[in-house]
Amino acid sequence: MKLFFSFISIATIIQFIWLQQNKPLKESITKGNEIYNDFCVQCHLDNGEGVAGIFPPLSNSDYLLNNIRESIYGIKYGMEGPITVNGELYDGIMVSQGLDNEEIADVMNYILNSWENSYNNEIITPSLVNEIKK
Amino acid sequence: MRDYIALILIFILTYIPSCSAQENPPLIKSPEKKEFTYEVIIDGINIPWGFCFINTNKVLVTEKSGKLFLVEDSIKTEISGLPEVYVRGQGGLLDVATHPNFNQNNLIYFTLATNIEGDIGGNTALYQAKLVENRLEDLKLFYKATPNTKKAQHFGSRIVFDDIGHIFFTIGDRGNRDLNPQDLTRDGGKVYRLNLDGSIPTDNPFFNDKSETKKAIFSFGHRNPQGMIVHPESDEIWLHEHGPRGGDEINIVEPGKNYGWPKITYGVNYSGTTITENTSLPGLEQPFYYWVPSIAPSGMAFSTSSIYEKWKGNLFIGSLKYRYLERLVIKKNKVVEREKVLENIGRVRDVREGPDGYLYIAVEGKGILKIIEKK
Repeated sequence: MKLFFSFISIATIIQFIWLQQNKPLKESITKGNEIYNDFCVQCHLDNGEGVAGIFPPLSNSDYLLNNIRESIYGIKYGMEGPITVNGELYDGIMVSQGLDNEEIADVMNYILNSWENSYNNEIITPSLVNEIKK
Repeated sequence: MRDYIALILIFILTYIPSCSAQENPPLIKSPEKKEFTYEVIIDGINIPWGFCFINTNKVLVTEKSGKLFLVEDSIKTEISGLPEVYVRGQGGLLDVATHPNFNQNNLIYFTLATNIEGDIGGNTALYQAKLVENRLEDLKLFYKATPNTKKAQHFGSRIVFDDIGHIFFTIGDRGNRDLNPQDLTRDGGKVYRLNLDGSIPTDNPFFNDKSETKKAIFSFGHRNPQGMIVHPESDEIWLHEHGPRGGDEINIVEPGKNYGWPKITYGVNYSGTTITENTSLPGLEQPFYYWVPSIAPSGMAFSTSSIYEKWKGNLFIGSLKYRYLERLVIKKNKVVEREKVLENIGRVRDVREGPDGYLYIAVEGKGILKIIEKK
């Protein structure tokens, strides 16, 4: 029993440290969630599932995960099809939403760490977004 | 085994209610014979948000990103002199309309999202200007909704005129449904009425209200109206508005009336959670028609000419979501038939009847299309 409690406390401490280290990411994801609900949800829907053939999915999307920079570019400057996402062709238009670099980083962090996505690489930072130019 | 049956029962009970959120009748039909096609008359405009005819060969078109074009015989010229446009989320350059006496005075009106106060965010404004060759002069700000906000949603907006000297325009709830649509001292979620010179008509429904009331308000309790037209026979003001998930509405607006958002709605949040249990309450107007599921309506026109034999008197509304033009047949004050015209054409932003009697639509990625019969 004692052992159990010490295990729990150690686990809690480890988790706490882990959370501390990832605080910027957690904060960014929380802010990104708000941006998502404001700017993205109407087309890409609540669980990032999109609408087959019309609005590409963001959850478990091969295009997104293999084209992080292109996706950031798309949010920043807009993008026009055709693209193939999970084997399906999309030939639409997404216009620039007028988000600033920090907001784009936040919404990317939210998308990359939500639903079926878990992005284990580094956090998307505003400076990375800034680097991506027209 | 019993557990298994229980599980199936739970499954069925969970899914039946979500399936029973059925399409509100009449159900939309696809025409058996595709009798209509289109001709591109203006291209190269990414998001043609609104357009209006000066005459059959001369059209004004807004591009959401903040450009106004004068198109003469399909040749586009960008008009200079627009105020700065706040392009964020659904905001940008919105609708455009010519003054009822444009031929004498060259005046136009337009709505756009703007930030003129220098703080953070933006809101919808109505301007008047004189079109002189390819530029705007005598720019006048007629209305600016406050406060500015960084929210992405619901700027409206459409512009129409009655024939007794009024201009009507709409502003959506600006993503703040809890505060804006039901409060007459706040902007957003309203239809506004002004005189053509920008002054507030003294017979506006709330003109004699307390001083904080926005006196330009004509009707309220709207969510995001992006289609409005004066009925060609009754002169009533017809508008439609985007609902949440489900619950887009057509309303015939009358002075001082409350159209209920968000106290009543036939829709739910995008996440599927409930906004309100109420679809009707005393004192709140019922819609003329509502769409479940939502079509995301944009643009609105009646066909009044005899060009399309079977369409005379029908109402045409663009669908952003399903990418078609919807034709609604109205009999005895009821929508009795709905049909898809030009299926999968693209996101339809605006619909107009041209001076030549043809129907024209603005489609994202395509431009302005004229609807013609297949030969």
